[in-house]
Amino acid sequence: MKAFTYERAADARAAVAAAAARANAKFIAGGTNLLDLMRLEIEQPAHLIDISRLPLQAIDDEPGGGLRLGAQARNSDTAADPRVRTRYPLLSQALLAGASAQLRNKASIGGNLLQRTRCAYFYDTTAPCNKRTPGGGCAAIGGLNRNHAILGASDACIATNPSDMAVALMALDAEVELLGATGASRRVALRDFYLLPETTPHIETVVHPGELITAVVLPRAPAGRQLYRKVRDRASYEFALVSVGVLLAVEKGTVEEVRVALGGVAHKPWRALEAEAVLRGRAPSVAAYQAAADAALARAVGRGHNDFKIELAKRTLVDALTKAGRP
Amino acid sequence: MPKSTPGVERAARPAAKPAAPTGAPTQKLELEVNRTSYALDVDVRTSLLDALREHLHLTGTKKGCDHGQCGACTVLIEGRRINACLTLAVMHEGDQITTIEGLGAPEALHPMQAAFLARDALQCGYCTPGQICSAVGMLVEVAAGWPSHATPDVGTRPVELTDGEIRERMSGNLCRCCAYPNILAAIRDVASGPNGGRSP
Ligand SMILES: Cc1cc2nc3c(=O)[nH]c(=O)nc-3n(C[C@H](O)[C@H](O)[C@H](O)COP(=O)(O)OP(=O)(O)OC[C@H]3O[C@@H](n4cnc5c(N)ncnc54)[C@H](O)[C@@H]3O)c2cc1C
Ligand code: SF4
Ligand code: FES
Ligand code: FES
Repeated sequence: MKAFTYERAADARAAVAAAAARANAKFIAGGTNLLDLMRLEIEQPAHLIDISRLPLQAIDDEPGGGLRLGAQARNSDTAADPRVRTRYPLLSQALLAGASAQLRNKASIGGNLLQRTRCAYFYDTTAPCNKRTPGGGCAAIGGLNRNHAILGASDACIATNPSDMAVALMALDAEVELLGATGASRRVALRDFYLLPETTPHIETVVHPGELITAVVLPRAPAGRQLYRKVRDRASYEFALVSVGVLLAVEKGTVEEVRVALGGVAHKPWRALEAEAVLRGRAPSVAAYQAAADAALARAVGRGHNDFKIELAKRTLVDALTKAGRP
Repeated sequence: MPKSTPGVERAARPAAKPAAPTGAPTQKLELEVNRTSYALDVDVRTSLLDALREHLHLTGTKKGCDHGQCGACTVLIEGRRINACLTLAVMHEGDQITTIEGLGAPEALHPMQAAFLARDALQCGYCTPGQICSAVGMLVEVAAGWPSHATPDVGTRPVELTDGEIRERMSGNLCRCCAYPNILAAIRDVASGPNGGRSP
C-alpha cells in the first residue's frame, strides 16, 4: 500500500473543505472497497479523509412518505430498519443478498454506491485494463469474460457494477444528495448518476472530485409487491451473475405499476424501462413476462463466455415477475 | 518472555513494533482492546488486524486473505462483527474492540468457545477464532431481530433461527477444513441455551 496522510473530518463541511485543499484526496467510509484496492495499489490516494464518524447515519422519514438514508447509515442497519423492511422490502432484500454480515456492518450507503465497477482483470495489475490505465487496453475482451456485461458495454470496457443495493435503489427511483466543495448541495436521480463505459471507463459516475454524498432519498414507494432475486455461483457471499429487482402492482387484472432493474449485466445498475412499457396496462401472464424479458434483453450482446447470461437474465426476470404477480 | 496476566501486563508493555522506518506518516493512538487500553504509534497504513497481531501480539485473530473474503479476521467492534483486515487501526480510536482473547480465557471459556470444543467444531482451528467472534456477533443481531437473506419475508419479526438461517448468517466465515456441520451444531447449542446465547 502506498503511503498516505490521514485525517478525521469533524463534519460534512469540513470533509469537503479538506478534500478541496488536497490533491488526490479520498474519503474513506467503511473502507471495504477502498482499502481492498489500496492494498493492491490500484487506488493510490495521497490523503484519506475519514468520514466514518460523520453524523450522517440517521434514517429519517421524508414528508410525503419517503425515506432519507444518511450516507453513513450502515448497510446492515439499513436492511434491518423496520421502515425499510415494510415500505422498501426490495432494498432490504438486496442489501441482505450482498457481501457478508461482517462487511455489511462496515459498508455505508455512500460507499456502496461508489464501490468501483470492476472485473477480475481490474484486480490483476499485470493485465491491461482501461479502467486502471486509460488507453491500456482491456484484457477481458477476448479473455475470460464469463462474469462480464451483456448490456451497454463498449469496446473499452465490459465490466459490471457489483452493487446489489444500487439495483434496488434504481427500481425505487432513488435520488442522491451531494455536497460540493463550495458548500452547495445538489440532487441527482440515481438513473442519471452512473455512466456507461463508452471511451472513458475510468469515469463511473457524475460525482465531481471532492464531492461528498450526504444522503440517498427514496420517494414514497408505489403500492405493489417488491422482490429481489439474485443468481450466483454459490448460495451466499458471492457477487451476482445476474440479479433482478422488481415491483409489480396488479389491479383488477391489469398491471397498474411495474418497475424492473437488473444487476450484474452492465457497467451500471440497469433500469429496464422497455420491460416496464411492455407490461404496464397489460394482463399479467407468463407470456407477458416473457415479452417483457425479451424487451429488456433485446439489445444484449454476449462476448463468448457470458452468452448464457442473456438467457439467465430473461429467466430470472420471468421468475421474479411470476412470483411478484401471484395473487 | 515474562508470563503475563492477560490484559494487565500487556497494557504496560510498550507497542513492540517501531513505527515505520520508511518516513511514511505515522500516528499515535490509543486502542481499547478487551477492556485494556494500549498506546500505539503506527504507520497510518496499519490495518486493525496487523495492529492486533503485530503490535499488540494478540495473535488469536487470524489473517486468511487480507481482502474481506474469508472472515478469519473477524473481531467485534462495540459488539458488532467486522473484518479487521479491511479497516485501519487509526479509524478505531475510542471503539471497544473485542477479540477472541477477550471473549473468554482457558479457565473461563465463553459459552461459544465451550460449545465449539464440545462439538469438535474445528479441524486445523485456523478459522475458529473468527467463527466464534462472528457467531457471538451473529446472535446479537438475531436478538435485535435483524433479518437475513434466508428470512422468507424480511417484514416478519422476530426471526426464527433455523439451520438455514444460521448457515446464511455465518456465510462470511469460510472453513477450509469444512467443519461446517459441527460449527452449525455448536452455534445451535448456544442459541438454544439461556438468554439466546448472548453474553451476560
Ligand atoms: C469479499 C467481498 C464481497 C462483496 N460482495 C458484495 C456483494 O455480493 N454485493 C455487493 O453489492 N457488494 C459486495 N461487496 C462490496 C461492498 O458492498 C462494498 O465494498 C461496500 O458497500 C463499500 O462501502 P464502504 O462504506 O466500505 O466504502 P469505502 O470502501 O469506504 O468507499 C468506497 C468508495 O466510495 C467513496 N465514498 C465512500 N463514501 C462516500 C461519500 N459519502 N461521499 C463520497 N464518496 C464516498 C470512497 O472514497 C471510495 O472511493 C463485497 C465486498 C467484498 C470485500
Ligand atoms: S472489462 Fe473493464 S475493468 Fe475489466 S479489464 Fe476490461 S477495462 Fe478493465
Ligand atoms: S483476513 Fe480478513 S476476511 Fe480474510
Ligand atoms: S478448522 Fe481448519 S479452516 Fe476451519
